[in-house]
Amino acid sequence: MSFFGLDCVRKKEREVERKIRANDREYNSTFKYATNSIKTSKYNPFTFLPLNLFEQFQRIANAYFLILLILQVIPAISSLSWFTTVVPLVLVLSVTAAKDAIDDINRHRSDRKVNNRKVNILINGKLTSDKWMNVQVGDIIKLENNQFVTADLLLLSSSEPLNLVYIETAELDGETNLKVKQSLTVTGDMGEDLGALGSFNGEVCCEPPNNRLDRFTGTLTFDTQKHSLDNERVLLRGCTLRNTDWCFGLVLFAGPETKLMQNCGKSTFKRTSIDRLMNVLVLFIFGLLALMCIILAVGNGIWENQTGSEFNNFLPREENTAFSAFLTFWSYIIILNTVVPISLYVSMEVIRLGNSYYINWDRNMYHARSDTPAEARTTTLNEELGQIKYVFSDKTGTLTQNIMTFNKCSINGKSYGDVYQQYSGERLEITEETTPVDFSFNPLADPKFLFYDHSLIEAVKLELPDVQAFFRLLALCHTVMAEEKKEGWLQNTLINLFLTYPSSQHQSLCLVGHLVYQAQSPDEGALVTAARNFGFVFRSRSPETITIEEMGMQRSYELLAILDFNNVRKRMSVIVRSPEGKLSLYCKGADTIIYERLHPSCRKLMEATTDHLNEFAGEGLRTLVLAYKNIDEDYFSEWKQRHHESSVALEDREEKLDELYEEIEKNMMLIGATAIEDKLQDGVALTIEQLAKAEIKIWVLTGDKQETAENIGYSCNLLREEMNDVFTVAAHSPEEVRQELRDARLKMKPSTEPNKFLVPEVILGNTPKLVQDESVEGEYGLVINGHSLAFALESGMELEFLRTACMCKTVICCRVTPLQKAQVVELVKKYKKAVTLAIGDGANDVSMIKAAHIGVGISGQEGMQAVLSSDFSFAQFRFLQRLLLVHGRWSYLRMCKFLRYFFYKNFTFTFVHFWYAFFCGFSAQTVYDEGFITLYNLVYTALPVLGMSLFDQDVNAGWSLEFPQLYVPGQLSQYFSKRAFMMCVLHSCYSSLMIFFVPYAATYDTARADGTEGADYQSFALITQTCLTVTVCVQLGLDLSYWTVVNHLFVWGSLGMFFILTFTMYTDGLFRIRPSSFAFVGTARNCLNQPNVWLTVALTALLCVLPVVAHRFFSCQIAPTINDKVRNKMREMKEPAPRPRHPRLTRRSTRRSGYAFSHAQGYGDLVTSRRFLRRPATSRSTAFNSAGRSPGFKPTGRSAGYSPVGREQNPKQKVEPTSLQKFRTVIDSSF
Amino acid sequence: MMASSYNAKEEDGHHHPGSVGSGGPGGVKSKKPDNTAFKQQRLPAWQPILTAGTVLPAFFMIGLIFIPIGIGLFVTSNNIKEFEIDYTGVDMSSPCFNCSQNYSWNSTSSCSCSVPFTLDQAFESNVFMYYGLSNFYQNHRRYVKSRDDSQLNGDKSSLLNPSKECEPYRTSDKKQIAPCGAIANSLFNDTLELFYIHPNGSRFAINLVKTGIAWWTDKHVKFRNPAGGDGNLSIVFQDTSKPVNWRKPVYELDPNDPDNNGFINEDLIVWMRTAALPTFRKLYRIIQKKKDNMTPTLPPGDYILEVTYSILTINVTPDYPVRSFDGRKRVILSTISWMGGKNPFLGIAYITVGSVCFFLGVVLLFIHHKYGNRNNNADIPN
Repeated sequence: MSFFGLDCVRKKEREVERKIRANDREYNSTFKYATNSIKTSKYNPFTFLPLNLFEQFQRIANAYFLILLILQVIPAISSLSWFTTVVPLVLVLSVTAAKDAIDDINRHRSDRKVNNRKVNILINGKLTSDKWMNVQVGDIIKLENNQFVTADLLLLSSSEPLNLVYIETAELDGETNLKVKQSLTVTGDMGEDLGALGSFNGEVCCEPPNNRLDRFTGTLTFDTQKHSLDNERVLLRGCTLRNTDWCFGLVLFAGPETKLMQNCGKSTFKRTSIDRLMNVLVLFIFGLLALMCIILAVGNGIWENQTGSEFNNFLPREENTAFSAFLTFWSYIIILNTVVPISLYVSMEVIRLGNSYYINWDRNMYHARSDTPAEARTTTLNEELGQIKYVFSDKTGTLTQNIMTFNKCSINGKSYGDVYQQYSGERLEITEETTPVDFSFNPLADPKFLFYDHSLIEAVKLELPDVQAFFRLLALCHTVMAEEKKEGWLQNTLINLFLTYPSSQHQSLCLVGHLVYQAQSPDEGALVTAARNFGFVFRSRSPETITIEEMGMQRSYELLAILDFNNVRKRMSVIVRSPEGKLSLYCKGADTIIYERLHPSCRKLMEATTDHLNEFAGEGLRTLVLAYKNIDEDYFSEWKQRHHESSVALEDREEKLDELYEEIEKNMMLIGATAIEDKLQDGVALTIEQLAKAEIKIWVLTGDKQETAENIGYSCNLLREEMNDVFTVAAHSPEEVRQELRDARLKMKPSTEPNKFLVPEVILGNTPKLVQDESVEGEYGLVINGHSLAFALESGMELEFLRTACMCKTVICCRVTPLQKAQVVELVKKYKKAVTLAIGDGANDVSMIKAAHIGVGISGQEGMQAVLSSDFSFAQFRFLQRLLLVHGRWSYLRMCKFLRYFFYKNFTFTFVHFWYAFFCGFSAQTVYDEGFITLYNLVYTALPVLGMSLFDQDVNAGWSLEFPQLYVPGQLSQYFSKRAFMMCVLHSCYSSLMIFFVPYAATYDTARADGTEGADYQSFALITQTCLTVTVCVQLGLDLSYWTVVNHLFVWGSLGMFFILTFTMYTDGLFRIRPSSFAFVGTARNCLNQPNVWLTVALTALLCVLPVVAHRFFSCQIAPTINDKVRNKMREMKEPAPRPRHPRLTRRSTRRSGYAFSHAQGYGDLVTSRRFLRRPATSRSTAFNSAGRSPGFKPTGRSAGYSPVGREQNPKQKVEPTSLQKFRTVIDSSF
Repeated sequence: MMASSYNAKEEDGHHHPGSVGSGGPGGVKSKKPDNTAFKQQRLPAWQPILTAGTVLPAFFMIGLIFIPIGIGLFVTSNNIKEFEIDYTGVDMSSPCFNCSQNYSWNSTSSCSCSVPFTLDQAFESNVFMYYGLSNFYQNHRRYVKSRDDSQLNGDKSSLLNPSKECEPYRTSDKKQIAPCGAIANSLFNDTLELFYIHPNGSRFAINLVKTGIAWWTDKHVKFRNPAGGDGNLSIVFQDTSKPVNWRKPVYELDPNDPDNNGFINEDLIVWMRTAALPTFRKLYRIIQKKKDNMTPTLPPGDYILEVTYSILTINVTPDYPVRSFDGRKRVILSTISWMGGKNPFLGIAYITVGSVCFFLGVVLLFIHHKYGNRNNNADIPN
């Protein structure tokens, strides 16, 4: 059950402060707080019809038709019977009403289900089971495990130690990891004592209802003591209680006033650019309609004056000329109303819905590993997918898997990791066929770890001291936690995970047989896992010791100090005492940093290692240098003393500690270097290449460091060595940033004129100016860091930035905050006439996903927040190419074809009336039978065009991907624009002239084959109707490039339907029932048996399409579009030629990748502080806050969850009560 | 390898452990979409494209088909004999000039005029005699709707309570008008007779058949006399009034032939089938071919058209008044072919369109040879 997307009931008056007294319903009821019953439904059976109709008539199209209907009732004006408008209007209204009704019934049902849930309420010291809807503010309720939280509660007590409760907040923020809440000790002491709880009379004074999930302020007054309340004490409605037997809570907000319900406000509606264009066009159409009516009204005035007044003998009239013209104007408004097609909007919705389903159904966008199909969460934006010009992508979790693998290393000047051909010594490509190293000798090895160079394992087995030191260091120098698992290991893992870091933003799991590692950064996890597989297994740690298994031997090292990582130090060290009593310092860190601190004797080794480092970096690997140092016992105890002094110093503690660290991390001995691959998601490079070919510009907005981001940029093909230049903007003042941007631009295009790039553009007064695209010779990339970006996004410089950035093929922004991500997107949206797409997976991408025209969420590893706010979601970045190049392109093509054809058929239909007006005295006489007018849009032409817009494809998916250039016309809005619309109008003009004048000339003053009059009104109507229907069908056939069975059925069926219904409506039987409505009796029989009529129809249809065919063929010959070319090619070869597989792009450069543990402070502090094992309740939250992470709900928080391949997607299924006991014993034993 | 098949092949065979958690044991349902041609948008389809191989032959074919049809139509149309006499009487010299003027006439008498004409060619087979009106807006909206089809269909209640649409010709003298409405009221009422002047000077009246000039459906379905009165229409229509412009009530339109009287009078039916355009002709009489088949229906020679005007009660003009709005009255004698009356348009249009197609075919063939091959074979930049 989801609360999202439902409308909330608004509160009438604003509350300033909320006062609640526990267990005192009488007192609380004086404030008239909302009860816990919720109502998300809009209607009840009585209000449905009026309310729904009222809502529907607020839509301009429906209102327009209502006005038409009113006009039609006026006899003097009515040129058409009322049913010509009523039938379509009723149909459209009832379809919409039915949809609304179904939605609302579902809402009623879910409301009822929710309101009738049972919960235990404490009334008069006794627990009574009651419905949710009867819960009131101030009640104390008891929740049990796996129950939904009934209302926003103040947590009073719980079954768990320290009065903790565990909740899952998936309903609120989509994150599936568990969170911890804790009650006040004073209330927690009441425990399960119903007597105490029943007499609890604490008074809560808190904030009024609001929608902030991450904040709560209030006070609890109990026993004359005031206790402050914060978010930690509050359970929000929508959460689920997990792993907690029971808890008691005091209801603070109920029903519509809960934070959840306050939060489910209206989401912003996104509209496509075609929608916006349509608005302009509809205005234009109204103008055209008015113009035509004015012309005809004037014509009527003149006619009445000259001819009509003399025609009085036969046709008396009462009104004067001017009034007659006035009435004619309105009559023609009615007749020509079909230029504003009533079914247009409904059809557009249907088409979009259909195309959304195709996205949901696409097996090629289904990810088997996570069992996630693609999902179109918004069904109204499809065609915009075919017009994307800018893609803004997150990096971690989107481009990369956030999985690190230990790929290569350099030990003592020897490089390991590459596989060489045995005899020639040639380096081999590592493929799936390459045999990985067999780690079966090691029972603790992680089976998922793959390594291909057998020489390294040989070296380990030979017990080379350097190699051993290398892995020993990796096994010792880290902040990873290990967990031994026996059974139910997964449950325990999860419990432990949040026990240790309840709200950690960087948590990783390495599940290995019985041994589970949880590392702060995936890099660390990868290194420790590597050491483990090579026989140096990290087993466990306590605050004082690290136990590892070295080649089967268990050894316990005394952990003396952790010199933790931070951004300045860029290294971390541990000081340990080996079982033999030897003191050593082990250090790993960024190469530049470590190199400065090496012993001079390492010079030679340094050179060899540097070569290797360059090589690794050249392959896009993240490198790390390892060093060690033996320490003198005396020196260390003296250092330890100073360290202790510094660490308790009140002033300049950080600086003092840094100095101490600097002092001891000197003269280290180099061991070697590691290379970790930040694994890209499957197919990222290929996708990016494809998108680049489709002239889609990709901007990467990442929170990562510049080095990391650049590196990924190279490895996923965004930045290339062949690029003319890659500009890096990393300045510290606005002036420098401006100068760097300007320099970059001048380098790309030396002769840029300063003011020519801005094009004033007025679209309904909205966008004041646009930045024009500037073409640049060559390819450039731009890397800008967060600091510079902040300056660049300031209003004075944003245009400068945008201009420069848009000239580059690739833009990478590093260290970007979520807000900045949105700002960048907004900037492009504002000044570029382009459609933007943002893709991301984490909570930090939500802002940009919401800001962009299209937001795409990667579902999978990082919770659901990005997905929940996205318009489309799927599991892998590579599906983007299919979403855009196939589905987007088709959707756009279909929508445009639909619109072009729809306007064509309606204009053609309508314009015939216009021409006829000149021959019927401008009297608003229709050309067609009223039945035909009613059915034309609904029956005769609706399905073929719908079929076209649901099935048409110019080229199939394979060819679409083969030639991404096919995407370009969409970006330029070539298929439907104002110009295309004008072409439609002209085309319709021509066709309607043919449809009117060919029958006119063919029947003018002549006789039929039986000698009777040739051009009686009814026959003429039938002939033009037939001409029109046949013509629009033939035209559709020309437009349709993909004739499936359904299309055949629709086209022929509609044509057949025309004749069947025409004959039916003109039968004797119907005439006898209502002679006035079916006055065309016999016309079909008497008319369609004339050979002349058929010759006329054939001639008309041919004349209408002949120029079209000639023009299309002509332009296809002279200047074929990319579509024509591909279709020609497709005709020649049935299947796209297999594309040569792209060789792995390797680059040789000196670019050195940076070391990235994490951007935040490391965990060393925690590891040594013992907090991870023992958590004094009082200091828990502060302890965690000091580590830079806030517990509880933090919607913008990012959990770069490291998810190894086999991770279960749905952890809540795994959380079973059995794990509880285990978990509790862990806690208890640690006390 | 094709990019699209890359995913499918890689993942189709995979066992996916991720889905295990979502269901119970056994009944695990993967969310993998169905592999149907419809859902995967792989429905087999015919994909026509405009190539030289289809377009050019089509153009030539159309040319080849249309030109002969056009010639056939044109020849047929030309073989139709048609003779038209304008008897509006605009000109002073016109025999009907007098009758069309505003003379004060004795209301009981009528005016008539004789228009002599000569046929140069013999008219074979059945000859159809039409009256034609021009600039007469039978298709004006207010005119078109000014009728009551229920009444004309013999509906009793409509007979006595005609539709509001008939206003202002709904009631007269507090009685309901039958047939009501402006169309019926303006029934064309010039009487046309045709005489053959034998070379010896004697006049032979030509037999004009006045039935069979309306559609069968109109005569038998759409128009019906109200039931009752034992076939005596004057009783049926006794509570109704004649249309104001008429000289006689509807049941006296053809007193001699009960099957052509009242609402089912064919002159009325023909008139009630309103014309689509302001210039139209309506079938008036049929001159049936001679039984012996030897002599032509209308041999060449001199004829006289005798026009007798009925006087409209409310108007002072004796004839059917069309001159005020520049109307014309004509009588047309015409033979008929399989394609109807004389109308060269279709023939000419077919010939023209056929030729244009042929010509376009040649031009496009030339263009295709000059540019097409170059452009179509050009590689697509990748």
